Amino acid sequence: MDPLHQFQINPLFQIVLGGYDVSFTNSALFMVVSVALIYALLVVGMANKSMVPGRLQSLAEMAYEFVAGLVRDNAGHDAKPYFPFVFSVFMFVLVGNMIGMIPYTFTFTSHIIVTFALAATVFVFVTILALLKHGLHFFSFFMPHGAPVALAPILIPIEVISYVMRPVSLSIRLFANMMAGHTMLKVFAGFTVLMISGLGALGFVTGLVPLAINIALTGFEFLVAFLQAYVFSILTCLYIRDALELH
Amino acid sequence: MPNLLAKGRLARWSGVAGVSLVTLTTMAGTVLAAAAEHAPNAAHGGEHASGGLPQLNPANFPTQIFWLALTFGVLYYLMSKKALPRVAEVLEARQERISRDLAKAAQLKEEAEAVLAQVEQSLAGARAEALTLIGQTSAEIESNTQSRQAALTADLAARLTAAEASIASAKDQAIANIRTTSADIARDIASRLAGVEVDAAQAEAAVAAVIEERR
Repeated sequence: MDPLHQFQINPLFQIVLGGYDVSFTNSALFMVVSVALIYALLVVGMANKSMVPGRLQSLAEMAYEFVAGLVRDNAGHDAKPYFPFVFSVFMFVLVGNMIGMIPYTFTFTSHIIVTFALAATVFVFVTILALLKHGLHFFSFFMPHGAPVALAPILIPIEVISYVMRPVSLSIRLFANMMAGHTMLKVFAGFTVLMISGLGALGFVTGLVPLAINIALTGFEFLVAFLQAYVFSILTCLYIRDALELH
Repeated sequence: MPNLLAKGRLARWSGVAGVSLVTLTTMAGTVLAAAAEHAPNAAHGGEHASGGLPQLNPANFPTQIFWLALTFGVLYYLMSKKALPRVAEVLEARQERISRDLAKAAQLKEEAEAVLAQVEQSLAGARAEALTLIGQTSAEIESNTQSRQAALTADLAARLTAAEASIASAKDQAIANIRTTSADIARDIASRLAGVEVDAAQAEAAVAAVIEERR
C-alpha cells in the first residue's frame, strides 16, 4: 500500500567496485532496457533503409527529425555536432519516463540522483564546451552586455548563481514531476483498493470514482512523460546555444 | 540535414561527453562516499524500516550513478557512432532522390516544352507556306481568268463587228436591190400605164431621190 514503495531500489546482483556498492538493481535493469529499446528502435527500424519508410522506420525517423528540429531551432546551426548528445538525452529520458508508465516497472527518472547526474552531465558538457570555444572569455557570460559596471557586484553573483543552479532546477523539475505523478497514481489506486476492502459491495461502486480519476491521471502522466523529456532536451539545447554564443 | 554528423567533430565531441561523464561520476562518487559515511545505517537495513523517500537514501547513489554513466555512455556511443549516422544516411539519400527526381522532372518538362515550341513553329511555318501557296494559286487563277475573259471579250467584239459589218453590207445590198427593183418596177409601171419608156438611169435617180426624201 505504500505509494513510495514503487521507488524502492532492489539489488538484483551484488556488485562492489572499488569499495562502492554498484549492484545491478531494478533501476539499472530499466536503464539497460531503455538503452536496448532505443538502440533496437533505431537499428531494427532502419534495417531496411527503405526509401518509403514502414511503421518502425517512420518512428525512428520521426524521433530523429524531431530532435534535429529541436537542436536546429533552439541551439542554432552551429550546434549540429552536439545533436547526438541531445538525441541521447531526449531518448533516454523519454523512454525512461514511458517505461515507467507500464505497471510493475521501475521509473529511474523518478530518482533525484539519476536526474541530477544527467543534468550535471549536461552542465559539465556545456561548460566544457563553452570553455573550449571561448577560453577565458567565457566568464564574460556572467556580466550581461550593456549593464552598467556599477551593477557588476550585484549582477555577477546573480548570474553565477543562476548558472550553477541550472543542473539543480533541471534535475528537480524532472524528478519531481515523475515522482509526484507516479505517487499520485498509486495513491488513487490505493483509494479504490481501500474502499473495496473497507466498504465491501458498496466499495465496488464508490471505488469507481478514484479509478476514473486514475484513468484520467494515466493519460495526463503520458503527457507529462513526454513533456518532461521535451523540456529537459529543450533546456539542454538552450544551454548549448548559450555556450556557443555567450548571449 | 547534411553534415549533421561530421566525423571529425563528432569524435571530438564524443570525447567531451565522455570527459563530462567521467568527471561527473568521479565528483559525485567523492561527494557520495562522504555522504554515505555519515549515514552508514541507511545502507541496506534502513530502506524498508525508515519509511523515508527511497530517492533520498545515499546508499543507493553510487549504483545509480554508476549504471547511469554506463548506460548513458553506451547509449551516446551507440547513437553517435552507429544509429544516427544510419538514419542520417537514409534521410539524406531520400532527400537526394527527391531533389534528383524533381530536377529530372523539371528537365523533362523543359524538353517537352522545347518539343512543343518546335511543333508550334513548324506548324506556323506550314501554315504560312499554305497561305502563300493559296495566294499564289488564287493569283494565278485570277490572271488566267482575266486573260481568258479578255480573249473572249475581244473575240466577241470581233465577231460582233464582223456581224455588224455583214448586216450593214446586207442592208446596203438590200437597199441597193430595192433601188434597182424599185426603178425597174417604176419603169415597168410607167411603161404599162403611161406607155412611157423611162431611161434606166433616170428611173434610178428618181427612186434614189424619193428614198433620200423619205429617209
